[in-house]
Amino acid sequence: MDILKVTELTIGKASSPIVDKLTFSVAQGETLAIIGPNGAGKTTLFKALLGLTPYSGSVEWAPNMKIGYVPQRMEIETDVPLTVEEFFRLRGSVATPEKVHEILNYIQLDASILKSGFGEISVGQRQRILVGWSILDNPDVLLFDEPTADVDIFGQESIYKMISHLHKTLNLTILLISHDLNIVYQYANNVLCLNHQKLCYGAPGEILQAEHLQSLYGGERGFYAHTHTEPHSHKRTAS
Amino acid sequence: MTIDTSFLQIFITSIFVAASAGLLGSFVILKRMALVGDALSHVALPGIALGLAFHINPFVGAFSTLFLAVISIWLLKYQTELPVDTLVGIFFTASLALGILFIPEHEILEALFGDIGTLGLMESIATVLLSTGIIVALVAIHKKLALSMLSEELAHSIGVKNRALDFIYLIIFALSIALGIRFVGALLMGSLVIIPAAAAKNISRSLHGFMLASVLFGVLSAAGGVLLSQQFAVSPGPLFILVSTTLFAVSLIVRKLKQ
Repeated sequence: MDILKVTELTIGKASSPIVDKLTFSVAQGETLAIIGPNGAGKTTLFKALLGLTPYSGSVEWAPNMKIGYVPQRMEIETDVPLTVEEFFRLRGSVATPEKVHEILNYIQLDASILKSGFGEISVGQRQRILVGWSILDNPDVLLFDEPTADVDIFGQESIYKMISHLHKTLNLTILLISHDLNIVYQYANNVLCLNHQKLCYGAPGEILQAEHLQSLYGGERGFYAHTHTEPHSHKRTAS
Repeated sequence: MTIDTSFLQIFITSIFVAASAGLLGSFVILKRMALVGDALSHVALPGIALGLAFHINPFVGAFSTLFLAVISIWLLKYQTELPVDTLVGIFFTASLALGILFIPEHEILEALFGDIGTLGLMESIATVLLSTGIIVALVAIHKKLALSMLSEELAHSIGVKNRALDFIYLIIFALSIALGIRFVGALLMGSLVIIPAAAAKNISRSLHGFMLASVLFGVLSAAGGVLLSQQFAVSPGPLFILVSTTLFAVSLIVRKLKQ
């Protein structure tokens, strides 16, 4: 069963659309990875799926879908007056203490983190909290916008392991933006290559071949592949 | 200070105004809009001028122009996607210019720095009720407001209507500024909102602690300002700012000691 059907989705000005006539669908229980160079329209696509930005074409979710969303990063001041516990509570009545503790188990964090400041914890911990936050009301679908952008390589591994674990235990459908082709290879059922238009779509084994990647990253637009063999800038929060 | 307004009346009114402004301030600081908030408060000036010209209550005049300004900012923000501080900067300069042109010279000091001494009883009661309303409204929406300020996308993903929330926030802002004008004047009103919250942020780790400390510092500053003004027979507005600035300095020291 298809949980999401996107047809002829176009975002931005007609002369230079950010996303151009994109058509794809996502089946229940699938993990779809969306890859593409910087500025290819991946985050904008998510915004359209969430209804945050105007678009033409159609985005049809199956009825009564609950959609969770994990943003790429949150610009948080280190001294923001908000504890992790309060951050969960911002979610409203679904964030009962029992539920929060259950979630902490899923995201493999100790309950002691609840009393910490939301700006004091590490970026990796905060990403885990954001994942936990997004599954508080048992969503059917999760949208991950590059959940490990600012996390170091060991943190990245464990966040993806966690996401994969959630996928299995909670029977989630996952849409994942990632720059990390190893991760995509390991965890996705299908891959959508996006550079304003759909350049390729299919199982990771078929897609992640040199010629596809060449056309996606190295082609006429002259973008470069952004895999994690390149130096990342690690914006870590001072604690 | 005139004889017909009792000290107690001024005292109580100030405390309510400061409590609501302080609570509002915690969100202004959370949104990192301190300077915007300060600048926006000057939009009250042409309203006061109109009030004086047409012999209507300056609060009504001030609220009208503030209301117009926040509605325009709200509309422009979503139409032009210009950053709010740019918009406020433009409104602020234009308003200040209009205000200075049209407020009679002998009234300009009162408009700029406030005069709570001439407060009538009905006006006091209305002020206390409206301040209470602001506090109740802010407490009711504080979770959504904080979330929307941290991340609009995240708020939207759980069904928060960011635009509507932003609108309510701006209306509360306009109302709160208009209420405080009488107390500290258009020039210092931004400080009534911002300084107690800035001090509270220095010593708070949790959102609820922050909100509470903000209110508390606002109330302490107002009480201190009014008591000192009684003592030295000067206007309470500037004293309020000085007391809250002192509290801010102390909070900075506490923050340094905690680190």
